[in-house]
Parts: sequence; structure tokens; C-alpha cells
Amino acid sequence: MSTVTLDRKSPTLPLPRLRLRGGRWVSPILLLLVWELGSRTGVIPERILAAPSAVAETFWAMTASGELPSNLAVSLARALAGLSFGLVAGVVLALVSGLSQGGEVAIDPLMQIKRTIPVLALTPLFIVWFGIGETPKVTLIAVATVFPIYLNLFSGVRGVDARLIEAGRSFGLSQAELIGHVILPGALPSFLVGLRYALGVSLLVLVVAEQINASAGLGHLINNARDFMRTDIIVVCLVVYASLGLGADLLVRTLEARALAWRPSFIKS
Amino acid sequence: MASPLIRAAPPAAWQTSDVGPAVRVRNFTRRFGEVKVLQDLNIEIARGEFVALLGRSGSGKTTLLRTLAGIDAAPGQEVLTPAARAVVFQDARLLPWKRVWRNVALGLKGADSRARAEAALTEVGLDHRLDAWPATLSGGEAQRVSLARALVRDPGLLLLDEPFAALDALTRLRMHDLVLSLWRRHAPAVLLVTHDVDEAIALADRVLVLEDGRIAAEERITLPRPRANDGAFQEVRTRLLARLGVDAGQRKPAQEAALIAFPSGEIVA
Repeated sequence: MSTVTLDRKSPTLPLPRLRLRGGRWVSPILLLLVWELGSRTGVIPERILAAPSAVAETFWAMTASGELPSNLAVSLARALAGLSFGLVAGVVLALVSGLSQGGEVAIDPLMQIKRTIPVLALTPLFIVWFGIGETPKVTLIAVATVFPIYLNLFSGVRGVDARLIEAGRSFGLSQAELIGHVILPGALPSFLVGLRYALGVSLLVLVVAEQINASAGLGHLINNARDFMRTDIIVVCLVVYASLGLGADLLVRTLEARALAWRPSFIKS
Repeated sequence: MASPLIRAAPPAAWQTSDVGPAVRVRNFTRRFGEVKVLQDLNIEIARGEFVALLGRSGSGKTTLLRTLAGIDAAPGQEVLTPAARAVVFQDARLLPWKRVWRNVALGLKGADSRARAEAALTEVGLDHRLDAWPATLSGGEAQRVSLARALVRDPGLLLLDEPFAALDALTRLRMHDLVLSLWRRHAPAVLLVTHDVDEAIALADRVLVLEDGRIAAEERITLPRPRANDGAFQEVRTRLLARLGVDAGQRKPAQEAALIAFPSGEIVA
């Protein structure tokens, strides 16, 4: 990392660096060109995979008609609802378990048991319990996102430097002040790692949850497209899923840069 | 992970009244399992007195300091200290997520806490680093912040736990001068824990040698400050080193040469 920073400052090296940076775009663009060429020449039939140009066209058409934005909004709302429940539950459980011995004894075993069950395997049970409406979808996402939040925040709370806690106590901080000034800020980096995981997991589970008889949302679009063999629409939805993942990552990175400004890595850059 | 992160704060030590000594410890014994770290220890420190506690690694000096700081409880034993105590640790133990002045103001109540923190930082010559992140400070600067954080509490007892051990020789000398001038201005009782004989002689009114959990020797130092490394200084030094089991008079020439190269007087045991 340090060598990269040095290169950036060094006056002699910007040109080769720029060239290399641009170089990273060459292979993806080449792939798109080959794909387009394959579609145009008929090597790749449209029912197997639509051409990039066709995908782009479909994308604009679906955006202009409002079909894509409205379904995207439905999907986003599902992911956000599930994530919010998972986030709140994960934070509460991790704090209770992390801040007290009794809490750990009561909560941690249950969380570890829960961890061994693949969340997606709960889908049939949730359908039996909640039917095929919004509830099982949101619940699946919530249940899936609890664990990354819980695990990372718990270990973050427990991993706070004991010497700092000792110092805080020697300066007469109360329990509440100790938690507010020392433990929570100290656990924040781990929490943000957990949040990043949880965002990824929420999108992953969203894709599967939306296969449950959805009448709106990206999953609904994909299911319909599959029935009509519209590979262009399927690819459009895949691209949207991918950009959601990118967006989520960007969000957490922005959060980190603001909340962890005290870290040496951020101070230098 | 075995112990809960948040323990009940140790019960406050008995407080010394406005008259009499600042610190009084009578027949204090501390054991870890079978090992008695401190045994029937008696210590008294007068108000405003500067006492250095000298001892090898494992002699129990840090244990004593932690007890006086209230970090370790001393149930049922006679340990009397002023209500306002402050510790400067060997590692500065600044909270990395709080800017310098907030570290100093940690736990202070009242609207003037920023002003008080600023005043303390000005005293240690760091008024230009108020808003710096601790990660950007040098070792000496971090220790000065740590001193400011202790002084801002107006302590009746200032506990210094080998605060200069990790600093380079030049910075250490400057810190000695700083500590002396702060001590003169604020007149707290000081207990300096150190393994550096020269440091103890240069700073303290009285040097205690801790060995096998007992005070093995006591030396009142009446040399006028600032103390030059002259004949009288050397006499005290030889006596103290003898108490610590290092016979300074019988050193071989090679060892003397090493002493000249590194005249820190540290005990290598």
C-alpha cells in the first residue's frame, strides 16, 4: 500500500501508472466486443444470450416505461426492510451478549446454532408459516443479515483494547461513559465489516427470496423473462443486481471514511 | 473471553483527609494465586512529595501502582489515597478515535471542559495539536498529551507508570524537565514507578527500592535540582545499585565502556 502512495506522489511515474490504470478496462471491453460480434454473426443465438446492444436497448426501454424503476423500488424496499430488522436485532443481541457475561451465556449458543442452519434452507418453513406474500421474503433477509452483524459487533466489543478500558476507568468514567466513549467507538470498525457483509448477504437472499411467487420486483421480472425466454431482460436484471452490490459497497466505504477518520490509513490519504 | 468485559468498578479506596499524608498503605499484601507479589507493605507519601519506586521487572511495582490508582481493588486492606488520582501509563493509552483535546477532556464535567483541556495542553506545549488525531503524534507528544490528561484532573496523587521508558534518551530528558516543572506548579504527590536508577535520582525527593514484595531500601535525596551527574549523584547511584544487587564499583572496564555509551543507568537483570 505504501509503495502505491509513494508512486502517486512521485513526479516521474504518473504516465506509466495512468496507462496501466486505463489498461484495466481493456479486457472487459474486449469481452463485450467479442460477445457482440458472436451475437451479430449468429454464433451466440438470442435465446441463449442476447447481444450487449440488445441488452442496452432493453435497459433504456424498461427504464423509460417505468417498468424497471418501479420493480427495482419494490426489491430495494424488501432488502431494506429485511436489513433493518436484521440490523436492529443483530446490534441488540451483540451488545447484550458482548457487554455482559450472562448475556453471552444466554444468547451466544443460540446464535451459533442458528449459524449452522443455511438460511435458504428455511425457505420452505417460512412459506408454510408466512405464506407467499412479502413476509417470508423480508423475514428471510432479516434472518440472514442478523448473523454477520451479530458476530462482527460481538467480537468488536470483546476485542476493544483492555488497556484503554482500564485507562478510562482510572479516569473515573462511569459504565455508561465507558461504553459510549471507549467500547462502542472501539467496536465500530468491526461493526462496519459486519454491515458490509450484511449488505452483500441481503442482496444474495433477496435474489432467492424473490423467486417465491413474486408479483413485483426484480425477481418477478426475471421469472417472467425466463418464461418468455427473454435473455435480454434477464441480463438487464443481472446488471441491476450487480450495480446494487457495487452501490452497497460504496455506501459502506463512504461510511467508513467518515466514521473511521481517526485511523492511520485514512489520515494518510 | 472468560471474564466479562464490564466488571463492577473496584470499590473506592479509603480517602485520606485534608491533613496528614497523601498516601498511606499499611501491611498491604497482594497475591496472585499462591504467589505473594506484595507482602506487608508499608508506604507513606507526604502531600506534594515526589517519590520514585525502583525495582526490577516482576518486583511488584506496577501492582502497587495499580492498587493506588484504584484499578485493582484492595478489599479489607488499609490503602488510603486522595480522591483525585491520575495515572500516566507507559503506553500513552490515548483513545485513537478522539482528537487530542477530547482525550484530555475525557470524563470532565461542565461546559468549560474544552477550555480546561486547552489550558492543560498549553502547559505541556501542545497547544498547536489540539485537533490532531492521536495516531499522528510522536511517542513524546503522546506522553505529553497523557500528562495533560492527568493534570487536567487536578490530582492529589499523580501516578507515573514508567512513562518515559519507551522514549528516546533526548526526549526522555526533556520530559524529566517538563514533569518537574509541572510538579512544582501543581504540587501533587507523585509516585514514579521506574527501573531507571538515574531517572529516579534526577527527579525524586525519596527513592524506594522494592524487592520481593517489600521495601528493601529507602534513600532520601537532598541534592538541589536540577541535579547534575556529579560525585554526590554517583554516590547515591552506587548505593542504590548495590541495593538492587548490581555492584557498580566492581564493573569490568568493558562494562564501564558500555555504561559510557549508554549512560541511562538501566538495570539489565
